[in-house]
Amino acid sequence: MTRLMAVLTALLALLFSAALVLGPADIGPVESLRALVVDNGGALTLVMREIRLPRAILAVLIGASLGMAGAAMQGYLRNPLADPGLIGVSGSAAFGAVLSIQTGVAATVAFALPLSALTGALVGVFLVLSLAGPRGSSLTLILAGIAISALAAALTSLTLNLSPNPFAASEIVFWMMGSLADRSMTHVWIAWPLIALGGVLLASLARGLDALTLGEDAAEAMGISLKRLRLTLVFGTAAVVGASTAVAGAIGFIGLVVPHILRPFVGAKPGQLLWASALGGAIMLLVADIAVRVVLPSRDLKLGVLTALVGAPLFLHLIYKTRKEGL
Amino acid sequence: MTVMAVKSLSVTRRNRAVLKDVSFEIGAGELVGLIGPNGAGKTTLMRAALGLIAAHGQSSLAQMSPRDRARAVAWMPQAREIAWPVTVENVVTLGRIPYLGGAQKPNDADRDAVEKAIAYLDLEALRHRTATRLSGGEQARVLLARALAQQTPLLMADEPTAGLDPGHQISTMQTFGKLVKAGTSVIVSLHDLGLAARHCSRLIVIDDARIVADGPPEKVLTPELIQSTFSITAWHQTTDQGTIFQPLEVVT
Amino acid sequence: MRVFVLNFKSIVIAGLVATGPVMGLAEAPKRVVSVNLCTDQLAMLVAGPAQLYSVSELAFDPRGSAMAEQAKTYVPNGGFAEEIYLMQPDLVIAGSFSTPATTAMLRRLGVPVVVFDYASSLADIRDRLLQMGDVLGQPERAQMIVADFDAQLAAFQAEATTNPRAALYQANGYTSGDSTLAGQILIAAGFENIATEAGFPYGGFLPLEVLAMSQPDAIITSNPDAARSRAEEILSHPVVEALRETTGAGWFSDRDWVCGTPFVLNAIAATAKLRRQLEGDGS
Repeated sequence: MTRLMAVLTALLALLFSAALVLGPADIGPVESLRALVVDNGGALTLVMREIRLPRAILAVLIGASLGMAGAAMQGYLRNPLADPGLIGVSGSAAFGAVLSIQTGVAATVAFALPLSALTGALVGVFLVLSLAGPRGSSLTLILAGIAISALAAALTSLTLNLSPNPFAASEIVFWMMGSLADRSMTHVWIAWPLIALGGVLLASLARGLDALTLGEDAAEAMGISLKRLRLTLVFGTAAVVGASTAVAGAIGFIGLVVPHILRPFVGAKPGQLLWASALGGAIMLLVADIAVRVVLPSRDLKLGVLTALVGAPLFLHLIYKTRKEGL
Repeated sequence: MTVMAVKSLSVTRRNRAVLKDVSFEIGAGELVGLIGPNGAGKTTLMRAALGLIAAHGQSSLAQMSPRDRARAVAWMPQAREIAWPVTVENVVTLGRIPYLGGAQKPNDADRDAVEKAIAYLDLEALRHRTATRLSGGEQARVLLARALAQQTPLLMADEPTAGLDPGHQISTMQTFGKLVKAGTSVIVSLHDLGLAARHCSRLIVIDDARIVADGPPEKVLTPELIQSTFSITAWHQTTDQGTIFQPLEVVT
Repeated sequence: MRVFVLNFKSIVIAGLVATGPVMGLAEAPKRVVSVNLCTDQLAMLVAGPAQLYSVSELAFDPRGSAMAEQAKTYVPNGGFAEEIYLMQPDLVIAGSFSTPATTAMLRRLGVPVVVFDYASSLADIRDRLLQMGDVLGQPERAQMIVADFDAQLAAFQAEATTNPRAALYQANGYTSGDSTLAGQILIAAGFENIATEAGFPYGGFLPLEVLAMSQPDAIITSNPDAARSRAEEILSHPVVEALRETTGAGWFSDRDWVCGTPFVLNAIAATAKLRRQLEGDGS
């Protein structure tokens, strides 16, 4: 397990550096890194500090958030199909964000945007857990996810269509597909507190999720407060997904793919999977963001497109496997 | 020493009384069988005594803090769930959760308890196997080992022998017997009256949400009780191979 | 600098006097409806009194329309076939980006529709004005406006000495190159467009990094709408702000930059002023 973490951390560091030195502007790696550290007042430092650095930091923070949230939801629902994007949490967060931007609330207070997204995400998680029931059987879970995603998307589209702003209607693409292009340090500042808070909450679930391996009754009898577990999950997920969606739109499938890939490496233990998925999620999003920049630099390719291209086939595979096992 | 006591325990669900005024105590070294027809209230009784469901009356276990309770009783629910493909060793180690705070790793005492439990149930060969891929009987042993690793004075099990082959059924009950001799108390709910008669030192019979009998098997399993509670006749004899109880016919 | 507005008033007066007898011709349409913001303005400039009946709702919005005040004398339309048909026009003027379904429907209903192409150069503005003059039966008036336009344009082009480099940057990170109207305005004001350097002759999505690294002498951005949208967030990105502070900063207003009307002269004037400031600073 510690070897896994060491490998993941090394990979993360490598990809973070790669993310810093890759971009449409043609600059050599050594030169870019030097400009990052030393401020010579030139355009290069500006590019490194205000464009590439925040983008790389956000990729790490958001990827880790989504990976961890996916692992936590899967651990709680004891269902490998749970993913914040699939079950409508990202969509509800996006609706909260859009609503706050269009009503002008986001412009008033610094943290209004991520907090509105958090509220949207809270409603989404709460609805899913209520609809899916104590042990989210795959069918109920996916149906709940479809319902909530559809509702959230419809409300988001409605809000954008009603806006007098001419660009609003086409923004739906950003919100539904996600992008880290041209984010700034401002976005990092407004996102990281909620992500940190949510991350701490989710990390505290490790013991409880391990106990849940034996089922709710046995876990409760071993001293785990299920009510507190559920609340911590709801708030932790909402905080982390809310902040991420507020600054980058809804990016799906990371919470599905990463825990699935890493589960065999942690011996299927839900508690350890939380940490591994955080690192794995950061890695996956960095890879996706680098790919977006390398594959089609001149077009504004959305992150969610790439994660969906990888995640959807995996999702199909998981459904097929679930069907075979008769669940 | 009483390991658990309930007094006037009652549970109402949807305006129907599913448990009425149940009282009993269990001391050290008792192997108690909880028997009764389907729907009589056996599972409800155990869960209410544990405090997992809301109930009127008193229960010594339910009054404890969750942490103390987890160190006082190990609960094996009827649904033998192992949600993820973890190793056998990992499942057994889960039994140490009541002793691990926050982010603690298992210490020597914890590892010792796990080793003892694995040895007790002869799981050494299966130790690194994936628990979800084992047979039903092997999984039942693994879950029992988890309960043992919890090192509690009382063990409560809901139908631990259901769905097991005869060999596993008997060895499970024998394991309980060994535990009881060593000082732990065990209360199990059973449908198999033969097993209950052979292995339990005390039987509590629940019928229609109430206790109708509480005592040693030979006193409790009278033909009248068997007929009125289970609507069956049975052949019940003490032989040189132990008590034998075999249900025969259904009576209306 | 509202250069062209003053001239517009004099044109109207001259036009009323000069084109009075021309109105009597049978071919000139008497009840014209325009459904496109750009053709609205061209029509309002060229049409004779009581010739134009309705213009699109967009013409009434001062953000996008340079003739929002004048538009008030006309009936607004939402660009839908049904309402336009009920106005019983004898001519409908649409732009090439108007919904083809609407245009086709009107033609099926027997309403004559003339479609004006989008203007992407200053020469196109002249062509469209003359075309509007033909379509509305006001050729002399159109020619007068064109002549005035040419005169003022020549005045700007005589001034340019050096050619500083400017960047056009709009919502969603879009830039406009030399082959667009906005690009031509920039050139007329005496700037060079970094979009062309960077390989975007028509414009399109310009990565912020490329903008920063190109180190323009001036950056011209749009003013965010009062109603917020995320697309315009990039205009307040720290890098864009830094560019505004360290280089010349200009503003792009929809009403003077988007449509091919003589009002682009206002855009050229404002941008030329920026250029003169830069030259005056010794940059």
